[in-house]
Amino acid sequence: MNFEFFVLPFSIGLVFLLGALLFTFINWIVKIEKGERQKIGDGIFTHKTLSALKEVFMESLIHRKIFKRNPLLGYMHMSLAFGWFLLIVVGDIEVKFFNGGGFKAPYYPVFFRYFEPAPHHYFGSTVFPHIMDFLLLVVLSGVALALFKRIKSSIYGLRKTTKLRLGDRIALYSLWAVFPLRLLAESITSGLYNSGGFMTHNLGLALAGFLPLQHLDVLVWWLYSIALGLFFITLPISRYMHIPTEVMLIFLRKYGLQTRKYYTSVSEVEVFSCSRCGLCIDRCQLPDAQIVKPISVYFIRSVRNNSIDSKTLYNCMLCGRCTESCPVGIDVNALRIAKREEFNIKNKFTYDFEKPVVPAHSKVLYFAGCMGHLTPGVIKSMKHIFEAAGENYWFMDQDKGVCCGRPLMMAGQYNAALQLMNHNRAIINRSDAQLLVTSCPICYKVFKDKYNLKIKVMHHSEYINYLIENKRIDVRKMDVSAVYHDPCELGRGSEVYAEPRSVLNKIVTLKTSSQEQEKALCCGGSLGNFEIQNSQRTQIRDKALNVLMANKPDILVTSCPLCKRTFAKGNHVEVKDIAELVKEAMVKANVMI
Amino acid sequence: MKNFGFSVQPPRYIDIDNFDGRILMYVLQKEPSFNICMSCGCCTATCSASNILDFNIRKLGLLLRRGVSEELEKEINKCMLCGKCTLVCPRGINTRNVILNIKKALTKIDENEL
Amino acid sequence: MTNKKIVIVGGGIAGLEAAVSLSERGHSITIVESKATLGGNVSNWHKLFPTLRDSSEVIDYLTKRIDNPKISTLINTKVENIKKNNGGFSVEANGMALDADAVLIATGYDLFDSRRKEEFGYGIYDNVISSADLEERFKAEKPITSANGSELKRVAFIHCVGSRDEKAGNHYCSKVCCVTGVKQAIELRQRLPRTEIICFYIDLRMFGAGFEELYREAQEKWGIQFVRGRLSEAAENMDGSLQIKAEDTLSGRPLKMRTDMIVLLAGMEPSCGTTALGKNIGLKQRMGTFLQPQDEHLLSNKSSIDGLFVAGTCTGPMTINETITDARSAVVMIDEYLKK
Repeated sequence: MNFEFFVLPFSIGLVFLLGALLFTFINWIVKIEKGERQKIGDGIFTHKTLSALKEVFMESLIHRKIFKRNPLLGYMHMSLAFGWFLLIVVGDIEVKFFNGGGFKAPYYPVFFRYFEPAPHHYFGSTVFPHIMDFLLLVVLSGVALALFKRIKSSIYGLRKTTKLRLGDRIALYSLWAVFPLRLLAESITSGLYNSGGFMTHNLGLALAGFLPLQHLDVLVWWLYSIALGLFFITLPISRYMHIPTEVMLIFLRKYGLQTRKYYTSVSEVEVFSCSRCGLCIDRCQLPDAQIVKPISVYFIRSVRNNSIDSKTLYNCMLCGRCTESCPVGIDVNALRIAKREEFNIKNKFTYDFEKPVVPAHSKVLYFAGCMGHLTPGVIKSMKHIFEAAGENYWFMDQDKGVCCGRPLMMAGQYNAALQLMNHNRAIINRSDAQLLVTSCPICYKVFKDKYNLKIKVMHHSEYINYLIENKRIDVRKMDVSAVYHDPCELGRGSEVYAEPRSVLNKIVTLKTSSQEQEKALCCGGSLGNFEIQNSQRTQIRDKALNVLMANKPDILVTSCPLCKRTFAKGNHVEVKDIAELVKEAMVKANVMI
Repeated sequence: MKNFGFSVQPPRYIDIDNFDGRILMYVLQKEPSFNICMSCGCCTATCSASNILDFNIRKLGLLLRRGVSEELEKEINKCMLCGKCTLVCPRGINTRNVILNIKKALTKIDENEL
Repeated sequence: MTNKKIVIVGGGIAGLEAAVSLSERGHSITIVESKATLGGNVSNWHKLFPTLRDSSEVIDYLTKRIDNPKISTLINTKVENIKKNNGGFSVEANGMALDADAVLIATGYDLFDSRRKEEFGYGIYDNVISSADLEERFKAEKPITSANGSELKRVAFIHCVGSRDEKAGNHYCSKVCCVTGVKQAIELRQRLPRTEIICFYIDLRMFGAGFEELYREAQEKWGIQFVRGRLSEAAENMDGSLQIKAEDTLSGRPLKMRTDMIVLLAGMEPSCGTTALGKNIGLKQRMGTFLQPQDEHLLSNKSSIDGLFVAGTCTGPMTINETITDARSAVVMIDEYLKK
């Protein structure tokens, strides 16, 4: 049996790693609540598993999402991940062909070149060394790029890259050392025995020219083994835990498990799936106001280290730009809200309201929302539109309206929000209306996602689009150019991008902005953030305005009362809600008749 | 004997020399903008909760600043955190954070951490 | 030294008073006014507090005296920039360049645009008007009714619109709106004796001579009500009347009220002339873009640049008598400067 002492660091590391992973994974799965855990059993023999495998291939190995973000960055991740994966797989195949299927210790393929250094004749023996060398070259190019990223991240389209802690550093440096050491070890062995592929063979010969290879041989293999061992041992406590965890997360997600109200085992899996790639750093707008600690990558790290502080936890807009750019798709907003629940405050809520208002007979319910009442221009326009369309509507929260509940949820007080939801739901269920139209995207999102209503819910931009398409109101194009701002809660939050644009294209000349739809910027007025100061919100707003107004439109259009108020305070920008513009376009139509 | 209702009540005056300033100090430390409230009442005017319940955030804030916090625990949870008060405050006070920190202070006192 | 050339930017009451006084000291004056008429904001007012005397008395007094060979007037002319030139200045306006040994900036104020407070409904609801709109109606001697012509049973005055308001971008107090509100409330009651009038204030700033007496008269003689509570928002009812949401802070209870008309007491902002000129020349600013004098107490008419003087509301909110006094004080400073 082939054995050398230097295989020990690697083997011990590997055993430790596998043990740690097994222990952690089983621990996580056991802690999942029974009803949710059932979903794994239900899904495991379905197409979901195949779908998960496909995603593992496309994202964990090929890193497709990162490629879309920046090709160089994508190549870097792919070369490391996929390259190493292939090295292992192809190396195993090579050993199988050499060995004819006999048993070999797990460390054997890793140190194959040492144990079988001389060229042999087995199936593929002429090709395998070159394939392995090619794969090693690919991985080395990835390592070089990774090294360079630490020095100059801008060429990867990143302005900043993650700050590292000690555990990460040890894991990172040992990982970087692994492949150059492998190259060195294999080259030295190839040099001694005149074997190897195109790279190792030639490098070996070159080294033989000035180095005493016989004495260095075993030493370098020791170093290679130690590097591997060190990497394996530090993996569970470093960011590289994401490698196995990410795979587990993909499977769990396909089976329908996610972070819901509270921080659970599934949330832990998400947290450990963060690779600290740093793609979220540039997306976050908080640095525009010199706020850095709450950025998603650092937040997730603080969750992992159990070192969250309340001030940072409440200092996030919950805008979702980080999740949108995350290659793993970690739902950071859900994690933050779940943590806010923990941090919270025993709420002895006393929402003993009067009996819910009795709804009037109507076909459509209109809910302006708390914010809607501070933008009466929108309400007046909606009333005008309802009347022009001859819609029998009832203004549900005209007087004594109860908040939809989402601000409480964002503060981590879900149970309190339930009381508000029950009150509103009672009114809605008692009404004979078939449609609920709301002016506020925050309310819209919670009505759609959490209320479980029997009737259809629309945001007023969707409703107006429906009216126009069904020719219930008539609009003409106005001689004005506009740029549309996707509100966070309507855009990323509810994926309503097309309807507002469909309406706007009929009434104004719509200009585009460089950050639109999923990439839209947050106005800075978000209710999700409790800690931020007004002056900081202003900084975020001003930066966002610069981007939006870059193509110099006449006006800025939005579909959220909070965004409207936030932008209207900025630098003499004319801001209108989509409903107000439609009203103007309608009046014009009437005049022409 | 007719009961005219005269009896000895606990003093209702605001005693600046003897008040328990734990909650106030905590809140002021976390949200210093609370200091500049001029009690204009705009927050209470717009408040969603005061529209349907008996809830007065300006008064609660003022009483807190005067050291009176008996009713605070019962009342403060009526806030729906909707944010309208913060949007209308002319002094630019982050009222929502003030309320959140009042709740935190009360929880800490409950758990003997303050 | 007499017969120096002075350019006065702005033909409002500060500019007019300073022009006359400087000409009497022997200097040649050019008044440059961007609008079509002289008199500035005061010419839009009907009656002046605290005595409710006619504004035309003040305007006529000032405009008559500039009919004087030493004073020339340029109207519809906007000053774009003022540059240093040979120990004096060159004032660039409408393509011309006027030489001056000293310049007096009296560019005044603009009224806050109440449309910026969307929640009050100005420009959205028909029955929400500003104090300037109301004064215009007084001046036009038309009957004051609601938008559709019906009788006003109740009118609400809202103080501090656009002032003392971080959300409007102006932290300062505009000083004169409180007494304006009390004045207009009285004038309204004089015309509509049966109309209920309620003023919503945060603090009542009755600082001047006769102001506190006016407040007392408003309550005593005219039955005007005052509620301490800032309006948060107004909503419109089906019939065009308005719903007020405020808190009566003195009783500690939220207050709701139906009213037929809301009058917004809009504050003062530096006029666009003041702002633009201040930026172009590089003058120090305060309270937003009002002009900052060199010394608050001792040199209140000197700007941060020697030879450029300031008078009137371009430095901050002022009453009419303060403005005229300020103009005269600027004259003394300019005269002393020119003697050197």
